[in-house]
Amino acid sequence: MSSNRQAATTNPWRAPILFAILAALFVMEGTMRNAMFSGSWNTALGILNMGLISAITALGVNMQWGYAGLFNVGVVGFLALGGVAPVLIATQPVEGAWNAGGSRVLIALAVGLGTLALAVQAWKRLRAGRGLAVLVILIAGFVIYRWLFDPAVSAIEANNPARHGNIGGLGLPVLLSWAVGGAFAAAAAWAVGKVALGLRSDYLAIATLGIGEIIVAVLKNEDWLARGVKNVTSIPRPVPYEIELQGNPEFVSFAQRWGFSAAEASGIWVKLCYMSLFLVVLLAIILLAELALKSPWGRMMRAIRDNETAAEAMGKDVTARHLQVFILGSAVIGIAGAMMITQDGLMAPVGYNPLRYTFLIWVMVIVGGSGNNWGAVLGAVLIWFLWIKAEVWGPALIGVLTAPLPEGGLKDHLLDSAAHMRFIAMGLVLLLVLRFAPRGLVPEK
Amino acid sequence: MDILNALVAFLNFVFIPAAAYGAQLALGALGVTLIYGILRFSNFAHGDTMAFGTAVTILVTWALQAAGISLGPLPTALLALPLGIAGTAAMVLLTDRAVYRFYRVQKAAPIILVMASVGVMFLMNGLTRLLIGVDEQRFADGARFVINVRDFREMTGLQEGLALKTTQALTVIVAVIVVWALFWFLNRTKSGKAMRAYSDNEDLALLSGIDPEKVVRLTWIIAASLATIAGVLYGLDKAFKPFNYFQILLPIFAAAIVGGLGNPLGAIAGGFVVAFSEVAITYPWLKVAGYLFPGWEPGGLLQLLGTEYKFAVSFVILIVVLLFKPTGLFRGKSV
Repeated sequence: MSSNRQAATTNPWRAPILFAILAALFVMEGTMRNAMFSGSWNTALGILNMGLISAITALGVNMQWGYAGLFNVGVVGFLALGGVAPVLIATQPVEGAWNAGGSRVLIALAVGLGTLALAVQAWKRLRAGRGLAVLVILIAGFVIYRWLFDPAVSAIEANNPARHGNIGGLGLPVLLSWAVGGAFAAAAAWAVGKVALGLRSDYLAIATLGIGEIIVAVLKNEDWLARGVKNVTSIPRPVPYEIELQGNPEFVSFAQRWGFSAAEASGIWVKLCYMSLFLVVLLAIILLAELALKSPWGRMMRAIRDNETAAEAMGKDVTARHLQVFILGSAVIGIAGAMMITQDGLMAPVGYNPLRYTFLIWVMVIVGGSGNNWGAVLGAVLIWFLWIKAEVWGPALIGVLTAPLPEGGLKDHLLDSAAHMRFIAMGLVLLLVLRFAPRGLVPEK
Repeated sequence: MDILNALVAFLNFVFIPAAAYGAQLALGALGVTLIYGILRFSNFAHGDTMAFGTAVTILVTWALQAAGISLGPLPTALLALPLGIAGTAAMVLLTDRAVYRFYRVQKAAPIILVMASVGVMFLMNGLTRLLIGVDEQRFADGARFVINVRDFREMTGLQEGLALKTTQALTVIVAVIVVWALFWFLNRTKSGKAMRAYSDNEDLALLSGIDPEKVVRLTWIIAASLATIAGVLYGLDKAFKPFNYFQILLPIFAAAIVGGLGNPLGAIAGGFVVAFSEVAITYPWLKVAGYLFPGWEPGGLLQLLGTEYKFAVSFVILIVVLLFKPTGLFRGKSV
């Protein structure tokens, strides 16, 4: 790791200047209406809010990579798992779902986990014939699990399938689900980390790639949980609805005083509310992370990252510390996942594309400056802005570039495929930054 | 008890698909394992290299089809394959020169190389989308079946039919030829021996006057050929969809790790282990059980896991191997 973290002094003004440029980009997006910007504050704030969620995700990834050098390629899975929380915690309970098979599903899941725990214990405690014992336990556990699980699931899914067909939520406040989302992701991270940490560094990457795919597959197919690809809509919001605001005469007159129409102002107001919530979470996480980094724990983490062997020789339990930071980082990603679903008000598992939710986050962290929290935030918001704007700018750029070409198949093909240029551009950005500025825009101090 | 029909059902729904899929995985895993052995990192771009190679091959196939050239009963894609391989090899050599060589010279940590391969993956993915789009493409032509269900029934008089698709037979035959050629190359030729020596002990190989850049170039060319062949066979057998090639990365890694990263023989065994477990666990055994135990009516389909969760199978295999034998069944390297 030492090869990519050369010590060099950087201008202390660098980060503030970069953040100012970023702010200017958003102001231009909000005010200027031309070929490059939309001139709509609604669009600008929409991009910013998603950028803030990406920033929290990037902070989680940065904890894993920047503090500990762990390469997590399953970000999409932890995000998706966090996204389950608003559905299970905040949506209204579905009538009859729990009676249909709720407790039976819970017992089945407990049996499943109990079987695994029992198998682990048997493997540890027994001496002779333990392989056979573990196999018998696993097979018996699986049969009991399926016997409990399958009828319960069919019963839940048969309950009003057109509208629900899922277990439903608890009707608790949606903000609570953000913490629960973090807990879900942390639990999954514990399981993966327990297996894959302490082995070669690539193995964690491959194992997380797998768990990411599996979590998304589970969300797509387990209809009883979150309706699968049928999507869960109407997840409650922690902020007012646009339509309520538009019906409120006080708000309408307030909007008119600022020179906005009620429709536009309500959209902006809702987005500002979300922005404040996201900023609170973001700043709280940064504060905690910075305090942790400056503590003896943070020094130990960096010592482990920079020289594992030396840290181990000093009596540090490298694997346990790696597991700890892997769980913490995944929990932060899970929180971001829950926030994203809350903002969208919709749980749509088909949207979880690893290119968008894993690898783009990685580009954000690397570009921003791995190991630096502010860098991760800057990288996340900047890359997200560029990613969205590339949708507009890419075709425009291709249009200019292909202008001298004669009309025909090639030109049409290039124009059509401009949308795919985003992947090429992001790949290039990642490779170029990794090669020429491995410490990122805002390097670690 | 109707063993013959049960056997035919098993062959038709489990053995033949799994053998073809296993051959495809084995070829993919061979590429991953060779790169791991020589360059010492897990190449995340391998799936997208397969997709890129297949896309090039499909384009050439279309050109050939437009020119009216075909191979008769065999798919035209076979004729296009050499050009596809050449294009992919040029592409990976370019990425090596532009990306990986820098880190190799620097002796960067393996994880940095893995990360660079993620960047290359993005690039390749975008290039493939640019070349051919994101939609599903079917490019298999020629005869569809070697044996089809009705002929088989008439031939044997059995109730259960058996179909062998041309692409499945072709996959296995091509895979056998490729693997034989690869092992001949690794064991018999000077360059192959240099590659193995370099993989076993880099320093010793350098002292013996082996040119590392040449070994690396050779490895990339072989890996690109394997990736293209695997990708084309997979695309012929199923259909070409770029995103599927990203997803197949997980079973390929699982296969390479099961066999022991860096061990070619292990990669082949791993490919078949993963493919057979995947198909066997996601296949509904009701039909086979119906022949074996007439009169027994189980409640369900006797399917251990839905086909949607086939990736979970590779994952569980991966986890079990990591827990109990991190160097793989065939003792790969662990750097």
